[in-house]
Amino acid sequence: MKSANQIPQSNVKNFLEKMPTLFKWVSFLSVLLLPVIAMAAGAETKAMSVEYRDVPGIGSRNLVWIVAQQHLLLAGFVLGVPIFGWVCELVGWKTKEARYDKLAKEFTKLLTSAYATTALFGGILLFLLIGLYPKLMAYLTDMFFPSFLVYCLLFLAETATLYMYWYGWDYMQGNKKAFHLFLGFLLNLFAIGIMIVPNSWATFQASPVVVGDGDAWTRAWMAMQNPTWWPVNIHRLIANVVLGGFIVGAYAGIRYLLAVSREEREHYDWMGYVGNFIGVFGMLPLPFAGYWLMREVYQYNQQMGITLMGGFLAWLFILQAMLIGVLFLGANYYFWMGITYRIPGSENSYKKPIMAMLVVLLLCLGVWMTPHTLVASLAEAQKMGGTHHPLLGVFGVMSAKMTVANIMILVTFMSFIMYWRAGKQETAGWAKAAKAIMNGLLAIAAVAVIVLGVWGYFVPAIIRINYFSVAQVLIVGFIMVTFTPLTALLLKSAKTTTEMVWGKMPIRAGYCLVLNAVMVILLMSLMGYARSSSRVHWHIYGVMRDTSEYAFSPALGYAAAFMSLNTFVYCLLVAFIFWVATLGDKAKAQQAKASMSDVPGGTPAMAGGAPSSGEKLESGILENHK
Amino acid sequence: MRGPITSGAILLAGVFVFLKFILPLFTAPLPASLIYLYMTLAFSGIMLYGTMSASSLESLMGPVFRFLSGEGQSGTGKLARLAVLVLFPLLVGWQTYTSLAPSDLPPGENRTIHPAPPGEFVGLANPYQNNEANINMGKGLYAAYCSPCHGANYDGKGPAAKGFNPPPANFADPGTIAQLQESYLFWRIKKGGVGLPVEAMPWKSAMPRWEVELPDEFIWKIIMGEYDGAHQSPRTWEEDD
Repeated sequence: MKSANQIPQSNVKNFLEKMPTLFKWVSFLSVLLLPVIAMAAGAETKAMSVEYRDVPGIGSRNLVWIVAQQHLLLAGFVLGVPIFGWVCELVGWKTKEARYDKLAKEFTKLLTSAYATTALFGGILLFLLIGLYPKLMAYLTDMFFPSFLVYCLLFLAETATLYMYWYGWDYMQGNKKAFHLFLGFLLNLFAIGIMIVPNSWATFQASPVVVGDGDAWTRAWMAMQNPTWWPVNIHRLIANVVLGGFIVGAYAGIRYLLAVSREEREHYDWMGYVGNFIGVFGMLPLPFAGYWLMREVYQYNQQMGITLMGGFLAWLFILQAMLIGVLFLGANYYFWMGITYRIPGSENSYKKPIMAMLVVLLLCLGVWMTPHTLVASLAEAQKMGGTHHPLLGVFGVMSAKMTVANIMILVTFMSFIMYWRAGKQETAGWAKAAKAIMNGLLAIAAVAVIVLGVWGYFVPAIIRINYFSVAQVLIVGFIMVTFTPLTALLLKSAKTTTEMVWGKMPIRAGYCLVLNAVMVILLMSLMGYARSSSRVHWHIYGVMRDTSEYAFSPALGYAAAFMSLNTFVYCLLVAFIFWVATLGDKAKAQQAKASMSDVPGGTPAMAGGAPSSGEKLESGILENHK
Repeated sequence: MRGPITSGAILLAGVFVFLKFILPLFTAPLPASLIYLYMTLAFSGIMLYGTMSASSLESLMGPVFRFLSGEGQSGTGKLARLAVLVLFPLLVGWQTYTSLAPSDLPPGENRTIHPAPPGEFVGLANPYQNNEANINMGKGLYAAYCSPCHGANYDGKGPAAKGFNPPPANFADPGTIAQLQESYLFWRIKKGGVGLPVEAMPWKSAMPRWEVELPDEFIWKIIMGEYDGAHQSPRTWEEDD
């Protein structure tokens, strides 16, 4: 029998080369962590009396803040992408259009590279928490240990499924496609499980419940069912889709900017459109999910609710409104540019509706961003009679915010409908009547949402929260649910007047996609901080007090700097991961360069394609900036 | 016919004039922070609309780029370009200097009006029945102790109100007590301004610490009277509360 030393080196090399990337990463991580485990074992007795450890310089809390945020953002991407990747694959399978399958595969390629990094950050976070917060971790372990085992099992199942799903993609075509889709379904099922189990640990910290007697499994299950668990699950699930969509959009935007062949430009223009569409699709129900979460938080504990919405963290919600506003504007801007650039000759027909939508969006955004308590100098405050403006102060409360959020969602939805209908002429005999009904319904819906919003000021809060806000959401939902199939039916028999041309978007479309992704990352960093700081000086709200030297809430400016840092680090990480994921495409790019002569004008295509008569200015601007 | 640059400039000027001069004719003047916010939105709108298509981009930005590049300029045009290139950095420098230079003006105020209450006041329920007798008693106590500042009409316009900055709360405004639970009001009345946390600037509130003079029963009844008099309802989580 050969010993390890006798194994030929070439065999080892071959084995290492054949080993999946993820496995290599995990092995590498395990080797790195061995000394930590050994140290932990040695320090077992000492650890029993240690409540906190610190990291010199950066501080334990800041380090955990950065690592936890990176892990959460990476996990958001890893859990969001398979949802729409799988839907894309399903659409490709049903419609027999190969481009959807190709797109789904490209999504999954990004997923596989991000998966290992997510696991890596999860491992780092876990060891940091065990090392830096032993008392808290001992409490949580005691409470949740059975769920840790479930989490491990889910992780194993997810990893195995992802292997089969990704490596079996080309093999499982044709008759085997149904099985591949089933694997994709399982992948999403496990992914959702992986999300909701740790969510219960974090939500327990924010909204702990009294856990009665019982065995370890019963106690863990009772602790998991805390008031904010499901609101956070739903909110995160939707937010992950938004994050995944916009990041995929940004990836497509960058690839579009770097595209050298017509095929690449067309593909990445289309991929950018799909990414933006997915982001918008998720963004539409997200405010409702957020509203539900805040309602549960408020109902669970008035103190926590006010700290978040009216207390010292309230300014974060104004920042949130700004970021969401940029996202809404960015996503709609991309849709509108899609109409003017991809559908030649359509610019004049859509000028007026686009302007109307833009004005409504900006007015709504103005209301959403108006704080209840204004920043004012002493002289200004005296003139206003306090920091609460007698007229515009009414925009500062939830009734106004909910109303404009609903109107913005309606406008964005109509933007999409307009994009969908652009370049087509309905031929059905009932088209005119259907469009009149749709316009009428839209007008009624908008008026009803506004009336309910204004009425909301004159009824008890509970009536507004339980009925008026819900009615507003249902009205907007009704419009979406009825308009989508009606439009699809109208377009089924429509004739195409102008063919949509892909690969003609301008440079700024690519940057717009990147901006949207940065905004959503910043938004998640912001609200991650808000959720975490709402516990103030408690590790577990009202149960375990933070007695470390960091038991204070950082100033908002300091926190904002950390959110920006987290966003920047995450962007770097994602850029690195995508760069690694696309290394294999380099050979293809070399081939594409050879086909550069296909490009009109014979120049490498910047985003938006080679200069044409209508785009000379942009190319000129680009040239000047080179 | 006006170009998009002129139209945009007129629109921005119009928004500014409306916010700064016309709106204050009907209500209190807006703080600079809010005007700046709305102006930024208006400017963003102009830029988004102006860059929606290749032709609109050319109309909006073409003249700007041609002007800045100095392409085919002579005489007055050249001089104007030079003036802009010199004056713009100076303007930025002046703006930076004024924002950083020491000033004797107090900084902009960022006071949290409704801070989170202490834990011991969370979840308290009004122990007294919401009936006519209690409400009337509450209104009587309100008239005696609260109305000098908060006003007989519950609108924050009592005879002593003008002496305070910040002014007493207007309970008839749906943005005040209607957003809060009764336990919150109990805390604010009982502990007064000095009981506020730091972010609410306790040194800025003249609200007395009524626990010194009034028993809890009176405070709960005053709360009932306030809500009834101001035609508002307290925030609850159950409709039958």
